[in-house]
Amino acid sequence: MLSHADTQALLLTLRLAAVTTAILLVLATPAAWWLARTRSRWQAPVSALVALPLVLPPTVLGFYLLVAMGPHGPVGALTTRLGLGLLPFTFGGLVVASVVYSLPFVVQPLQNAFAAVGQGQLDAAATLRAAPLDTFLNVVLPLARPGYLTAGVLGFAHTVGEFGVVLMIGGNIPGATRVASVQIYDHVEALEYAQAHGLAACLVVFSFVILLLLYGSRHVRAVRP
Amino acid sequence: MNNRNSALVSFAALAVIAVAPLLPVPARADDVPVAVAANFAGPMKEIAATFAGATGHHAVVSTGATGALAAQVANGAPFEVFLAADATTPARLEKDGLAVPGTRHAYALGRLVLWSAQEGAVDTAGAVLKSGDFAHLALANPKLAPYGAAAVETLEKLGLRTALEPRFVLGENIGQAFQFVGSGNAELGFVALSQVWRDGRFTSGSGWIVPAALHAPLQQDAVLLARGADHAAARALLEFLHGEKAQAIMRSYGYEPAVEAVGAVAR
Repeated sequence: MLSHADTQALLLTLRLAAVTTAILLVLATPAAWWLARTRSRWQAPVSALVALPLVLPPTVLGFYLLVAMGPHGPVGALTTRLGLGLLPFTFGGLVVASVVYSLPFVVQPLQNAFAAVGQGQLDAAATLRAAPLDTFLNVVLPLARPGYLTAGVLGFAHTVGEFGVVLMIGGNIPGATRVASVQIYDHVEALEYAQAHGLAACLVVFSFVILLLLYGSRHVRAVRP
Repeated sequence: MNNRNSALVSFAALAVIAVAPLLPVPARADDVPVAVAANFAGPMKEIAATFAGATGHHAVVSTGATGALAAQVANGAPFEVFLAADATTPARLEKDGLAVPGTRHAYALGRLVLWSAQEGAVDTAGAVLKSGDFAHLALANPKLAPYGAAAVETLEKLGLRTALEPRFVLGENIGQAFQFVGSGNAELGFVALSQVWRDGRFTSGSGWIVPAALHAPLQQDAVLLARGADHAAARALLEFLHGEKAQAIMRSYGYEPAVEAVGAVAR
């Protein structure tokens, strides 16, 4: 049912979503921890900044990312200087854009999870002479696991469903940046509805299975605390 | 499966996906990356296949809205040939030094059609516009899309614009306008003939092919981009567009090959 190009687009989507989610979980952990714990007057402005990608329509966000990462933009100047070349129209560019686009979906669940960890438990760990890293790995992380699950699911699903940003940054290049959503758009534009339906069905079913796995694990937790 | 294992399995699956190699992408020296206006996606697919058969070169096609593709070209997109949906965008790229001067030319003329998904709803003279027996008239946004501008121009020539304007539903591009009519949500719409025409007749529904005299020509220009300046295969693709085979494909899709408007592609 799926052509070679369809399979390729599907795999590229999964790869993009997986890499983006992994990077986001790593980046968002210290950021969310800081946002949840700090009393700095910068807390509110930084929170607002993290939520900003929600405000812009994806094609608009994509356009400004394209300009910023292009040869005349500040990010483009930086990456060229670092010898990385220009990011748009590469897989790396898609990852960077997706990280920006899905940032609030990962930071906010983590921030809430960290905020829910009681100060008492942290104090108790400190009294028992646990080093901060030790406390984080053995006290905070287990308590925040549901938050990580939500953050991972939202980051992954949001990246799979991306369209406007990846179309603008990726340039719709087969095999390199043409993800499933863009491939479906291509099929629709070319009036190849049968192929569009087939690929869309695969994307939906696969995503459902992934979400089912993740949410299923969460349900088990609720039943057996 | 307990919760820890299930979550672990899920994240392990993510990790495997992340590092798994992609299906091999055939990379060849004679690949020509070409940016194509979305309305020309269908014929371009066939033309690319014929081009590969005839020359051994491969056109790697990326489709999108003409304006978006131009923004990408200006920001370093790796395209070598650009097939736009209008004549102004390639001219602008040439002015900005992003296209090779002297290579810009018309490759196709689009035709506008008043179309309905319903058999027999549109007569062959477009009189249905005057009878007014419809609630919605779909067209592409005239500010953004050449086909939308041509539709408004046609209605003005017919003296019907003011009367029908309250019934307009505007698509962001001609593809969306077609979806409005194709799905039956709008009874009537101005769409591109290429969307509803194959091999000499309407694929479904009924339509009136708007006489070319009622609007400015829907000329679509192609140009060699700066990145393809030294690539013989890119120039070969531009020339191939004027060949017998490419033109037959365009005609079967309801385009008029723009033979008469063509100058030789500069070598």
